[in-house]
Amino acid sequence: MTLAAPPTSVEKYAAAFESLSDSGTPDWLIATRLQAWANFSELGIPTARRGNELWKYTNLRPLADAGFEYGQIGPVSLDQIKSAGPWDDAWDTVVVVDGNFSAQLSSLNGTPGLTAGSLGEAIAAGTDNLESQFASLAGRENYAFTALNTAFAADGAYIGIAADTRLTTPVHVVFVTSDPTSSRATYPRLLISASSNSSLTIVESYINLSESSQLTVPVTEVFSDHDSQIRHYRIQIENEKSFHIGTARVNQKAGSSFTSTSFATGALIGRNDVHTQLDEPGAECTLHGLYMTSGQQQQDQEISTTHARPNCTSHQFYKGILSGKSHAVFSGKVVVERDAQKSVANQKDLNLMLSRGARIDAKPSLEIFADDVKCAHGATAGHVDRDTLFYLRSRGVDEETAKAILIRGFADEMLDEFEPAALREFVERTTDDRIATLLAESDTLGTV
Amino acid sequence: MATQNTISRKSDMSGQEYQWGFVTDIETDLAPRGLSEDIVRLISSKKGEPEWMLEWRLKAYRHWVKLNDAESEPEWANVKYPKIDYQDIYYYAAPKSVTEAPKSLDDVDPEMLATFEKLGIPLQERAKLAGIAVDAVFDSVSVATTFEKQLGELGIIFCSFSEAVKNHPDLVKKYLGSVVPYTDNFFASLNAAVFSDGSFAYIPPGVRCPIELMTYFRINTADTGQFERTLIIADEGAYVSYLEGCTAPFRKTHQLHAAVVELVALDDSEIKYSTIQNWFPGTPEGEGGVFNFVTKRGRADKNAKISWTQVETGSAITWKYPSVILKGDNSVGEFFSVALTNNYQQADTGTKMIHIGKNTKSTIVAKGISAGHGNNTYRGQVQIMPGAENAVNHTQCDSLLIGDKCGAHTVPYIEVRNPTARLEHEASTSKVSDEQLFYLRARGLSEEEAHHMIITGWSREVFQELPFEFALEANQLLKVSLEGAVG
Repeated sequence: MTLAAPPTSVEKYAAAFESLSDSGTPDWLIATRLQAWANFSELGIPTARRGNELWKYTNLRPLADAGFEYGQIGPVSLDQIKSAGPWDDAWDTVVVVDGNFSAQLSSLNGTPGLTAGSLGEAIAAGTDNLESQFASLAGRENYAFTALNTAFAADGAYIGIAADTRLTTPVHVVFVTSDPTSSRATYPRLLISASSNSSLTIVESYINLSESSQLTVPVTEVFSDHDSQIRHYRIQIENEKSFHIGTARVNQKAGSSFTSTSFATGALIGRNDVHTQLDEPGAECTLHGLYMTSGQQQQDQEISTTHARPNCTSHQFYKGILSGKSHAVFSGKVVVERDAQKSVANQKDLNLMLSRGARIDAKPSLEIFADDVKCAHGATAGHVDRDTLFYLRSRGVDEETAKAILIRGFADEMLDEFEPAALREFVERTTDDRIATLLAESDTLGTV
Repeated sequence: MATQNTISRKSDMSGQEYQWGFVTDIETDLAPRGLSEDIVRLISSKKGEPEWMLEWRLKAYRHWVKLNDAESEPEWANVKYPKIDYQDIYYYAAPKSVTEAPKSLDDVDPEMLATFEKLGIPLQERAKLAGIAVDAVFDSVSVATTFEKQLGELGIIFCSFSEAVKNHPDLVKKYLGSVVPYTDNFFASLNAAVFSDGSFAYIPPGVRCPIELMTYFRINTADTGQFERTLIIADEGAYVSYLEGCTAPFRKTHQLHAAVVELVALDDSEIKYSTIQNWFPGTPEGEGGVFNFVTKRGRADKNAKISWTQVETGSAITWKYPSVILKGDNSVGEFFSVALTNNYQQADTGTKMIHIGKNTKSTIVAKGISAGHGNNTYRGQVQIMPGAENAVNHTQCDSLLIGDKCGAHTVPYIEVRNPTARLEHEASTSKVSDEQLFYLRARGLSEEEAHHMIITGWSREVFQELPFEFALEANQLLKVSLEGAVG
């Protein structure tokens, strides 16, 4: 149950909503926005501490108290984007600045079978199925943040891939928050539509170029038609003052496969909420992720999969490394519905704690209504003990290197999942930088 | 031997119905329906309680009224039931013949003795053979306690709660509500206000209780709530093994059972608490049955150990989380559970392990079996507080599904505030595999026998924690409860 916060948390967003421009917006989208706004006004920012199972461990009070601005887009150069996140010139790249598509910064290679570009333009052009797809997975349910995003939905990125098209080169969608000084709220939106028998690799990254606190509430909807294959990566490296409340909703048809790997090290409060609906027999999804937190950061993974039909397979596997006074939450859920016989589901969350004051809350849950299933889950939390460190030291490795090797060893299993070379190089480099910060704030690694 | 009789009697019965569903026709002293301050005062005066006890009850009652007005009846559990009308329940029912407490077993109403005889609970001489001291609780009142004298020689106190309030007020005052305060939760508040009896045990320092202590609960009167309260204190270095069993008659209306159990394990002591819960589960169509909303918690001091073992086969709805507060350094908490839901039964059960002391250890093994339209949820919490240096937890929850109309759910909450802790949680859900069944069928077992053998083997980890006689009984109970679920 989501309880409404005091109306003040809604009022802050009301003025911006009122001033939204409707010009050139189709009627159906205006209606969808109004409905979503009505929804959000009723729900508010979910700050209640009692009976608020979805936000049991993450307190959104700092977000509800903060104020954000809307309006002018700051100047952004391609070089800034290239140096802040992963980049490969060979990729088709769609750049979205403060929620709006930037044709100037995007580099599209005209790949056959691929439609990549502005979501707003795709809507205006009346792209096939878009009207029925948009907000059908995220935005009409009873959830404050998808409602908030949908209420402000105007632009973002649209990626469509034609039937039987198999792309080997990744498509990169970069969401940039530009403003260098003030705090800004943005509601990026990404819609991915993979037609039957298609194959696509997509990198979704969130970066901000400013040092100030930003609010990013992205929503990604993925439609995976029968026998399609999507390899998805999500990079969240926003600055450590920002709020990032992300939601992805995936619908999979027969025989489709969706694999997503998330890399989250940014934001003060970061949330990665993913739900995959295995809607037809034989669908398979794999949700992976690595999160690293330090200082006062909070990283919240809300991962759920619904097995609606028989013979589907799902895997959830997340790893976390925590230092400083940071806090990580893993809330995994697998629902196997009555009809979904022969389901196979696995769920795993492993955490490494490096300091006193760090905190982990894990809730890996299973809800099973079919009897012919194989489901398992596991969760662990632990530290690197003295003996392990001693083992490396006794082989002539100095202490700092030994510690770094141990943490990197824990992370490697996830880093191996990042296949495109440029992406792999980026996450490895970022991880090594992060490890230095984690180690600086660690007070228990190898000491107990 | 008594227990042997029980088992053979049970195995003789080939029917699929609840065999403990008979009603004993005895005169009952009933307080008027409904709950008010007057009822709380009435219960207290019926028991001849001292002022401080009444005060405590009234505080609890006022707290409960506040909770009730705020509609704070817990809703988070995965169970569905019609709203309970708390004004439509009898809060006090006592067999008339024991209004004057019986001096010895000879004074107990023969009707009642016959009831316990029928249930296979040894109250008479043969109890000696069984080697278990029994406190029998009929509706809300303790009717007989065996072996009181023999235990007394060792300084062990084992008596009904009312007697303890009269004869050992200091102990009761010191520990009552120290682990489960009356403000703990909705049902614990209700219990604190209206509890009518229960068992009390105190084991003095360094004493190892030579026999098993047992309380047997029986609901008889229609529309009564049973609210017993158990308090067990193991003083420094003491050991006790405690058993609890329960049944209720076959009735088509629901009965509420909201008990509280408090365990206090002082330094270096150990308490082993085993439950076989076999309240009336309702008819196969889902009518009637007991609502079992129970708060059980223990506090373990330095080097102490508390172990909960439960076999839950009864009740229409079970809402129960036996917990351990691992307060002292090096303390140990254990939870072993088999919960079975068949027909329309619902269970939301599990445990809480709160690690406060250094080097504290906890083990959780929870097995859930769902059959028919049953819904079984494991809900558990493991909390490692910042000071719980080197705490260790291992949790294993397995669920077994029989049939395609039931549900099995696992909802663990793992909260770690200390980096030196080690936590492992594993869970699995599956059905009885066709290969295993085929293997046994090929060796001449019927499908039902094969199922039973597999399920028994699967539950073994928990059953082996039970005292021997109880383990046999549990095994039989499982078989009876599952009848009709297979094939």
